[in-house]
Amino acid sequence: MGFFLETLFGGLMVGMLYSLIALGFVLIYKASGVFNFSQGAMVLFAALAMARFYEWIPKWFGFDNKLLANVLAFAVAVAIMIAVAWVIERLVLRKLVNQEHITLLMATLGISYFLEGFGQMLFGSDIYKIDVGMPKDPVIVLEKLLEGGVLINKEDLYAAAIAAALVALLALFFQKTATGRALRAVADDHQAAQSIGIPLGRIWIIVWSVAGVVALVAGVIWGSKLGVQFSLSLVALKALPVVILGGLTSVPGAIIGGLIIGVGEKLSEIYIGPKLGGGIEIWFAYVLALLFLLVRPQGLFGEKIIDRV
Amino acid sequence: MLYRENGQFKSSYRADQQIFPILQDRVAILALLALAFVAVPVFASEYLLRAIFVPFLILSLAALGLNILVGYCGQISLGTGAFMAIGAYAAYNFQARIEGVPLIVALLLGGLCSTVVGVLFGVPSLRIKGLYLAVATLAAQFFTDWAFLRIQWFTNNSSSGSVSVAGLNVFGVPIESPVQKYLLCLGFLVVFALLAKNLVRGAIGREWMAIRDMDVAAAVIGIRPVYAKLTAFAVSSFIVGVAGGLWGFIHLGSWEPAAFNIDRSFQLLFMVIIGGLGSIMGSFFGAAFIVVLPVFLDKLPYWFNVPLDTATASHLTFMVFGALIVFFLIVEPHGIARLWSTAKEKLRLWPFPH
Amino acid sequence: MKHLKSLAIAASLMAAATGALAQAKEQFFPLLAYRTGPYAPNGTPWANGKQDYIKMINARDGGINGVKLTFEECETGYATDKGVECYERLKGRPGVTLIDPQATGITFALTDKVAADKIPLITLGYGLSASQDGNVFKWNFPLMGSYWTAADMLIQQIGKKEGGLDKLKGKKIALVYHDSPFGKEPMPMLEERSKMHGFELVKIPVTAPGVEQKSAWLQVRQQKPDYVLLWGWGVMNATALKEAQATGYPREKMYGVWWAGAEPDVKDVGEGAKGYNALNLNTSGTQPKVIQDILKYVHDKGQGTGPKDEVGTVLYTRGVIIQMLGIEAVRRAQERFGKGKVMTGEQVRWGLENLALDQKKLDSLGFSGVMRPLSTSCQDHMGSTWARVHTWDGAKWNFSSDWLQADEQIIKPMVKVAADKYAGEKKLTRRTPEDCQS
Repeated sequence: MGFFLETLFGGLMVGMLYSLIALGFVLIYKASGVFNFSQGAMVLFAALAMARFYEWIPKWFGFDNKLLANVLAFAVAVAIMIAVAWVIERLVLRKLVNQEHITLLMATLGISYFLEGFGQMLFGSDIYKIDVGMPKDPVIVLEKLLEGGVLINKEDLYAAAIAAALVALLALFFQKTATGRALRAVADDHQAAQSIGIPLGRIWIIVWSVAGVVALVAGVIWGSKLGVQFSLSLVALKALPVVILGGLTSVPGAIIGGLIIGVGEKLSEIYIGPKLGGGIEIWFAYVLALLFLLVRPQGLFGEKIIDRV
Repeated sequence: MLYRENGQFKSSYRADQQIFPILQDRVAILALLALAFVAVPVFASEYLLRAIFVPFLILSLAALGLNILVGYCGQISLGTGAFMAIGAYAAYNFQARIEGVPLIVALLLGGLCSTVVGVLFGVPSLRIKGLYLAVATLAAQFFTDWAFLRIQWFTNNSSSGSVSVAGLNVFGVPIESPVQKYLLCLGFLVVFALLAKNLVRGAIGREWMAIRDMDVAAAVIGIRPVYAKLTAFAVSSFIVGVAGGLWGFIHLGSWEPAAFNIDRSFQLLFMVIIGGLGSIMGSFFGAAFIVVLPVFLDKLPYWFNVPLDTATASHLTFMVFGALIVFFLIVEPHGIARLWSTAKEKLRLWPFPH
Repeated sequence: MKHLKSLAIAASLMAAATGALAQAKEQFFPLLAYRTGPYAPNGTPWANGKQDYIKMINARDGGINGVKLTFEECETGYATDKGVECYERLKGRPGVTLIDPQATGITFALTDKVAADKIPLITLGYGLSASQDGNVFKWNFPLMGSYWTAADMLIQQIGKKEGGLDKLKGKKIALVYHDSPFGKEPMPMLEERSKMHGFELVKIPVTAPGVEQKSAWLQVRQQKPDYVLLWGWGVMNATALKEAQATGYPREKMYGVWWAGAEPDVKDVGEGAKGYNALNLNTSGTQPKVIQDILKYVHDKGQGTGPKDEVGTVLYTRGVIIQMLGIEAVRRAQERFGKGKVMTGEQVRWGLENLALDQKKLDSLGFSGVMRPLSTSCQDHMGSTWARVHTWDGAKWNFSSDWLQADEQIIKPMVKVAADKYAGEKKLTRRTPEDCQS
């Protein structure tokens, strides 16, 4: 029983981390109608920027304070992601307005190749460390109730809490601020929003920047867990089932979807995996999402697809 | 001036409906085939044949298959690598387990196995559409990645999970030298291209295009979506499966599941989009672009004598590749095939302005 | 008329001379490497070691008996088809010697091709374990070890820790492996040993490239094995150690193969990997004379391929060893086929098959203490089956065992069976003694 709880908690926490990445996808799709396949590359680029500037800034300015280095590196990384968002909007999105979904998808794939190459050229392809002071050792709870206790990964717990806080912040941003309302308007209907005077280009830059910052937070958390290296961009492939399960256009969908996929993945690997020889979790997540889609083709919380003939 | 149709009259429906109604086109295609079958094997170096032409031919066959699914029927599929893998492993199993199976039969049977699985994974397309379908097809990709690593039977119980083939021959002619490999792949490609072109010109092709353009309207006028979509998946998987068999048998000789991973699927999708969706010619253009470009970019620093270390050169290749894809999509979202047909249109009037 | 004739003779002589001069006396080493992708952190020091050694031999010795060494690197990204393309591009260069693909997948794809192209394939410490049998695998050289010898030595070491191999009965050993031919290769040997000694072998795969391993380590926690064998490469190793720390599995009970025991795998984990053990085929550090020579002749002149602080690390030194073995094979071939001449692939193959590097020779090359003596033969393409275990203390690697040798009694029959199976599939016949002399 204790181990089952451990797996469950582990799955929930990892699910939160997946939904952090899925959030980036959903934000961009909601506001600009683009399925941003380069989200993984953005996570990598942001994490590389953070990791390297954390190393370089103390060297350039000659101080030793870790907290200050982290804060400055974070600020620089945010600035870089905003710059990336601006460049993408200017050079790519503006020219591809109104193209078909698949063309936009391919364009984002092209951007992802570019960012991966550029990131590795600027920052290197070694494994880099992100040290934001996350605790690395586990904690064991409920030892008296259950034999052996339940092992909780402290780093995952903190990361899940940060992810939840970020989602809450984003929800506040969308509901309460004027820019948030403008973003929702654009997501609803581009033309209507334009006709009442909302500047589409600027909104897109804001959305991609927000997605970039979300990617940065995801990159810091995952990078702190796994180390920052090229393969970090592959974590996005694990977050894709979350996106389609929850619905491409729904932020709560990304969260709930993340939790479902996280738990489903881990439980399947531990309990079904050994019977099949192991290693099933990545395709199980996709098959799980596929099964949900067969029942609800637009995802759990996605907008219903209406075909007008 | 050179490309005009003046004086070319057709006196039968058959003549009017042929694939290349214009004489200049027919001449050009015959010249291209002569070049491909005769000139290239004689003049091309071993490196060109082994490392450029053979991959180009096999991947354009696979792109052809994918184009039928994505370009003509509008079902986005990101699991092409999986179908190539199924084709390759199935062909390997037929060849390894049954004595004396001819190579071509083994490859075709591999394609048939791929068809069966393709139809199975095509069933969700009846309910799921668009980008959701694209991500759902990744389930096929990851599942086959896992299955070929885990299920020992598929790899003939080899301890490492890697398989290899040897002693290939067609009707007694060995397929060992680069020229023989090239000619075999070229033969497959020409036959399948002809078949595909005729399929898409026929009733089934029109059904696919109707489903692509507006599937609800198509259903309203009596086209059965189940039949159309599943046949698209079937034909596409067959061609892709045969291409996978060729890739494993002819190009690699010995392979592991990672040879057909998600990067391969993305690569094929790139080929189809850059080449042109819904165009047989486009598959070839796309394959040429994607196969030749990285090799070209790798060698570019050497030609300009810029001493770049291989890591930087490789990163630059990635960057230029990504940038070129975006550039292409901006300039011509319908792919190189559209550029080609625009050029032909202009050529019909040249040197007159209109 | 007379002048014309002598002019003609002079001209043709000059042409012949320039012709001979134009055929430069250069021995070419194609270097397949990966400096990008998930395996770059480990592939880069390996590639740097190889290049630096070539540069050092050119700078210090002027090549091999006057034949200068050239090289060209080609980026494979650990992908099989890129590896094949690199091979095809570089195999036609004049004076090509041998290939070290640095990847098991590429090795499988090239094994058939090298036999036809007559270029030997060195797979030091990786590749097909059965290729130790030189009678079947004429062109493959798994020098210094394969995954079967590695697995065997790890079990021996664990047995020693327990106080005897018989004490392993009833214990549980988990294999956390990279889900690919590389990771699956040791299984036959481990299963054999498990039958012999009565321990339970639990196999836990990690999907390549091993970036997310939570489930694998949850399983480790569920199974509570007595020991964990780590069979990873690239970024999987560091992630595995981080997850081991996060699930509280004692690192002292973890043993990695020689590709999972280098600086890039542990330096970011630091204290968290303290106590982790791994096999090593070679020492590390900047003391050995060969490393000193590289620093002196290459890095001090600004010609170093990678950063200076990488020189002497575990994988860098291994790259140096691989290149040294290749160069010594060429030298050995020159002894038979002509000193000072450019060797063909076939001749280099003979050289690889007749390496006799005893301790004296190793000392003269500057490798004393770095590796054990090695000598290959027609039947045995491995040459040496020694390795040691080293342990990470939070800041550096320290040797924690004596030199272990793989148990030939167990390995030889398994190799023969596997080699026979391969020969049967490919319709090859075992080499004859005459063929061994060629």
